[in-house]
Amino acid sequence: MTRTRFHQELEELKHRILAMAGMAEQAVDLAVQAYSQRDIAMCQRVLNNEPAINRAEREVDEFAVDLLAMQQPMAIDLRFILAVIKINADLERVGDQAVNIAQRVLHLVEYAPKDLPVDIPAMASKVRKMVRDALQCFIEGDADLAKRVLEADDEVDRMNKEAFANLSAYMQKHPDSAAQALDALSIARNLERVADHATNIAEDVIFWIRGADVRHHAGQTASRI
Amino acid sequence: MATAVEVRDLKAWFGKTEALHGINMSVESNHATAVIGPSGCGKSTFIRCLNRMHETNPEAKAEGEVRIGGMDVYDVPAVDVRRRVGMVFQKPNPFPTMSIYDNVAAGLKLNGTRNRTTLDDCVERSLQQAALWEEVKDVLKKKSGASLSGGQQQRLCIARALAVNPEVLLMDEPASALDPISTAKIEDLIFELKQKLTIVIVTHNMQQASRVAEYTGFFLMGNLVEFDKTEKIFTNPSDKRTEDYITGRFG
Amino acid sequence: MPSKFVQLRRQVTDRFFTGLAAGLSVVVIGALVAIFAYLVLRGAGSLNWAFFTQIQKPVGESGGGMANGIVGSIMILVIASCMGVPLGIGAGVYLAEFGRGRLGRLVRFTADVLNGVPSIVIGMVAWGLVVVQQKHFSAFAGGVALAIMMIPTVTRATEEMLLLVPQSVREAAFGLGIPQWRTTLSITLPSARAGILTGVMLAFARIAGETAPLLFTAFGNQFWNLSPGQPIAAMPLQIYTYALSPYDEWHRQAWAGALVLVLLIVGTTTLVRFVFLRRMLGGAR
Repeated sequence: MTRTRFHQELEELKHRILAMAGMAEQAVDLAVQAYSQRDIAMCQRVLNNEPAINRAEREVDEFAVDLLAMQQPMAIDLRFILAVIKINADLERVGDQAVNIAQRVLHLVEYAPKDLPVDIPAMASKVRKMVRDALQCFIEGDADLAKRVLEADDEVDRMNKEAFANLSAYMQKHPDSAAQALDALSIARNLERVADHATNIAEDVIFWIRGADVRHHAGQTASRI
Repeated sequence: MATAVEVRDLKAWFGKTEALHGINMSVESNHATAVIGPSGCGKSTFIRCLNRMHETNPEAKAEGEVRIGGMDVYDVPAVDVRRRVGMVFQKPNPFPTMSIYDNVAAGLKLNGTRNRTTLDDCVERSLQQAALWEEVKDVLKKKSGASLSGGQQQRLCIARALAVNPEVLLMDEPASALDPISTAKIEDLIFELKQKLTIVIVTHNMQQASRVAEYTGFFLMGNLVEFDKTEKIFTNPSDKRTEDYITGRFG
Repeated sequence: MPSKFVQLRRQVTDRFFTGLAAGLSVVVIGALVAIFAYLVLRGAGSLNWAFFTQIQKPVGESGGGMANGIVGSIMILVIASCMGVPLGIGAGVYLAEFGRGRLGRLVRFTADVLNGVPSIVIGMVAWGLVVVQQKHFSAFAGGVALAIMMIPTVTRATEEMLLLVPQSVREAAFGLGIPQWRTTLSITLPSARAGILTGVMLAFARIAGETAPLLFTAFGNQFWNLSPGQPIAAMPLQIYTYALSPYDEWHRQAWAGALVLVLLIVGTTTLVRFVFLRRMLGGAR
């Protein structure tokens, strides 16, 4: 096969984006665990790791742009690099959401623990699976797995709406626990945003593999791919 | 959306070897169509069949239909075809003993036109179209065609081809012997010329194909593997062989 | 880096062969110069106005010249060129542009053989073709003999020069819809003209000094003759006759004739090249 150096650099790009994905995933996990255990130290770690994620994002972007300029990629290689650039941005946002969750938790632990009608860990578990699957379909180049990620988003949306309804009702009944409820609501929304980013990653993988642009019609088009 | 050139089941041979295996293609008028493919795939043979230059090789033979503006080029004398279908070659080949003026006028003069004014106008118009007029207008009859730089010589050859007012212009890797700036000038030229005529360009430089052509045909071993809009070919080709070629996995 | 000994050996070998080549060139040029100098030595003394204006005087009388021979030679050469050059170039064009098949091979072979035929034999052929038919000797017959000798050289030169014109030039012409014959005439031939002219000059220089073919064709003439249909004097013939004679006066004239002949040939070829090539190269610069 020709263009050995180019293919090696594509592999390098893949490794870098996966390293970054690892950091983003870890940040979310840590933030959710901090919520469950009300652990300030864990929150602090999430906040401390954020600059590393931002730096990684810049490096991946630079590398991708260099490849575009120097190697004139075509067709599938071009789509791969474009997909990586977009996934890069989504992963950085995921890191941001983890930071938001950690900040909410820091605020939350100043108040007394309450038994809130929302199952953050369960939601987090679903979201974690979505992110895992999205990254897996990127690693394998598996467009079918990507479709399943798109379908799973509906469930997370439903859970988020349920949380909103339940917490709103709770706040009306227990106004003194409004602060905790609002924090929990915020965290639920952050998790829902992470799920959206996982969906974006899956759409980017489909674009890469199939050359089909399935953005913004995830619900309807996913079944038609 | 008129078709300038219609190719049906075109086959070509060099002696006993079949170089083209039944090509079917429609070339859109007032557009540029690129023909790409690895060395030896038949792309040069293909366009040389369009203006019957293929026949200048005594062992060559061609079969099939090539219709230009409705006329089958194999039904009329080759000389007539070549007046309607111009050609620009890979290596610039101005007539060595002629001045710039005589080079551009050669097509008309040697086919019978004598009127001085007609020739003068035609030479000026052609050199303008080839974006060479400003550079040579003062030395038209003093400088020989061969004394220009490579890029200028190629534009001179383009002017010479345009002087006979062809409907279709065939370009066989016109910029492959030129530096990037001359190449860019010729690509700009193609963009302008498309408004008046139809261009078929053979190139082994894929970036050039993507810059100048609306349609691209990928040839491999004498077959037309894929023919589509250029964006499609270069972002999401239908055939795996096309994709392998343009991503550099072979060729 | 090779050893000092090897380097030295290479240098010596290099210098030796350069010297050898230079030396041989000097020998060649020296031979030419020697011939010329000897001609000048023996012949210049006999050159005078009378030489160029008078015909030969009867035996015993001194003076006279080779005027009729000079004029006769010029006439014969003009006749020969008018026939030999077009035919030679025509054959050369055929061979280069169309002669790839059996006929081409035959023509080429014939030209090569013709080149090797002894000049006296060619003279005899011309005698049989022209003199016998016309029942008299003539300048025209001499011209025919010399033309036959010119043709192979001109043909080969034309063919070779045309083959040197790159195919891309012809293709450019075909691409414009210019037919083959017009391409050859207006584009390929002009591109090769410098080389073809050289070939023609070479052929001309060769025949200008030929004596044998003129023996039974032009035959020679003691008196003035300006008609191509009659026997005519020619310089080589006169030099031959004078040299073989027992008269000193005629020997002197023979030397002068030889000198003038060489000067005429060199002068003509140089002048033609100068004039034509200047015009050709100057025009398109």
